[in-house]
Amino acid sequence: MESMKSAGTFIEPSSPIVRADHVVKKFGDFTAVNDISFHVLRGECFGILGPNGAGKTTMTRMVYGFSPMTRGRLDVFGLDISTRSRAIKARIGVCQQENSIDPELTVLENLEVFARYFDMPKKEARDKALDLLAFISLDHRRDAPIHELSGGMMRRLVLARALINQPDLLILDEPTIGLDPQSRHQFWERLEELRKKGISMLLTTHYMEEASRLCDRLIIMDQGAILVNGTPKELIRRHVGRDIIEVVDPPDGLREFVRTQNLDHEDLGHRLNIYCNDRGDLYQKIANDFCGEGCVMRTATLEDVFLKLTGRDLRE
Amino acid sequence: MSAIHKASISLRFIRIWQRNLTVYRKSWKISFIPPLLEPLFYLLAFGVGLSSLVGNVRYQGSDISYVRFIAPGLIAISIMYNAFFETTYTSYVRMYYQKTFDAMMATPLSMEEIITGEIVWGATKSLVAATIMLVVISAFGLLSYPECLLILPLALLGGIAFSSIGMLFTGMVANIEMFNLPVFLFVTPMFLFSGTFFPTENLPGWARFLASLLPLTHLANMTRTLGQGNIPLSLLWDAGYLLLFSLIFFPLAVMKMHKRLIK
Repeated sequence: MESMKSAGTFIEPSSPIVRADHVVKKFGDFTAVNDISFHVLRGECFGILGPNGAGKTTMTRMVYGFSPMTRGRLDVFGLDISTRSRAIKARIGVCQQENSIDPELTVLENLEVFARYFDMPKKEARDKALDLLAFISLDHRRDAPIHELSGGMMRRLVLARALINQPDLLILDEPTIGLDPQSRHQFWERLEELRKKGISMLLTTHYMEEASRLCDRLIIMDQGAILVNGTPKELIRRHVGRDIIEVVDPPDGLREFVRTQNLDHEDLGHRLNIYCNDRGDLYQKIANDFCGEGCVMRTATLEDVFLKLTGRDLRE
Repeated sequence: MSAIHKASISLRFIRIWQRNLTVYRKSWKISFIPPLLEPLFYLLAFGVGLSSLVGNVRYQGSDISYVRFIAPGLIAISIMYNAFFETTYTSYVRMYYQKTFDAMMATPLSMEEIITGEIVWGATKSLVAATIMLVVISAFGLLSYPECLLILPLALLGGIAFSSIGMLFTGMVANIEMFNLPVFLFVTPMFLFSGTFFPTENLPGWARFLASLLPLTHLANMTRTLGQGNIPLSLLWDAGYLLLFSLIFFPLAVMKMHKRLIK
């Protein structure tokens, strides 16, 4: 891409919806986002993963013009966010992490008042709001006050509100944080439906299950920088392999074996993770020679990649 | 920074005003009660209770009854309270606890428009309160028509002035309890010493000078003069003061809120 650019005939890869170019964000001396570049293609769900404090939210806030950049360039729909934020904001929908549903309005009023911010005519706003309430299965609660809603309903209402202007890009900042499994799955189903309709998404999360299920491509960030990028499958292959053999309380003989065989592994003291690709053979050997129980082989997940790359220390 | 500044202020601030009106209309029956009862309480306490002690007040060269003296002052106080408390406590709740501004910022609205909408809404509440009080006080025959009707546009001007400085405090306080400070050091002294309950002429020279710096002094002077049925040219000086006050504190409030919200 760089070479094409220097040749002067650079053509955007099917014109990205978002294009971040060496974006830097500093708060005083602290660098929250450090030279981040990525692009979100039309119709894809792009994930930004990372532990708490990685800079995910700061990054998305710059994309929707809430937060000015310190350095770099950010284009959304081909428009520069630093000069065209109003035009851009008219075409995006944002699910912020913190609940910002208006508690002084009812469910339906929340959508209608929000539609006004986009200059939507009254009749159109009402129709659209009712459609969206049906979409998020809240049509039976249209006149309910907000404090009567459950956490899951609230998040779905945030989603509906973000869709009121029929956005071309949906920005979701940890959308299912704090939800029970049922509510999360409900929420994901809605997002999958939206994806089928071709809406582009930028999703931040630290739920790996969420990322694997929804994201076409993703980056993993830590301490303001990108560690890796790719599709969930690619990342698993590249950084972990296909399978993981987990051994609880590994005997010393196994540690020795792993070292001499030069196997990719992670030693957590009371547990040993061995990353491998050869399906059952290695597992059979380890299970037979070193441990009877407490030895499991499972398919590698994005969570393994995440923990391997960002470490296991708490981020507090 | 420049990005957000350039978004600047357009008539879109009306959207924020409309949002507040939508919420207000849901509880208007309750919101109407304070401005309806407030003047009645005051007139009862001061008019009936105190005026037998005070008798008449010498104001601008003529003797008027104490009730007639304080009635327009009550309107001025109400204009101040409605604007100031709207853009301090109420705006703070919307900003900090309800994240209403955060949600708005993700739409085509700019931060400047949000703050403008809040300030204009504060002034609107002043106008509503002044209107109700005008009606109530008129029922006691304490105001001269048609001159006193000019109090209504004045309520908007005064409302903008007090909303602006209230919003400035909202941009500055670390938490909601800290509003006690401007209320105690700024609003309460004004309530007492701005010629609302006694003519500032009764104060010693230095205190009179200090009082003349307070916006409520000018607002109370105007509501009273108009309430008495006079429209002297000197009112322009008072109105000019409030205008200048607004022109200083409105941009200051926007700047301070910008600094607070845009990070």
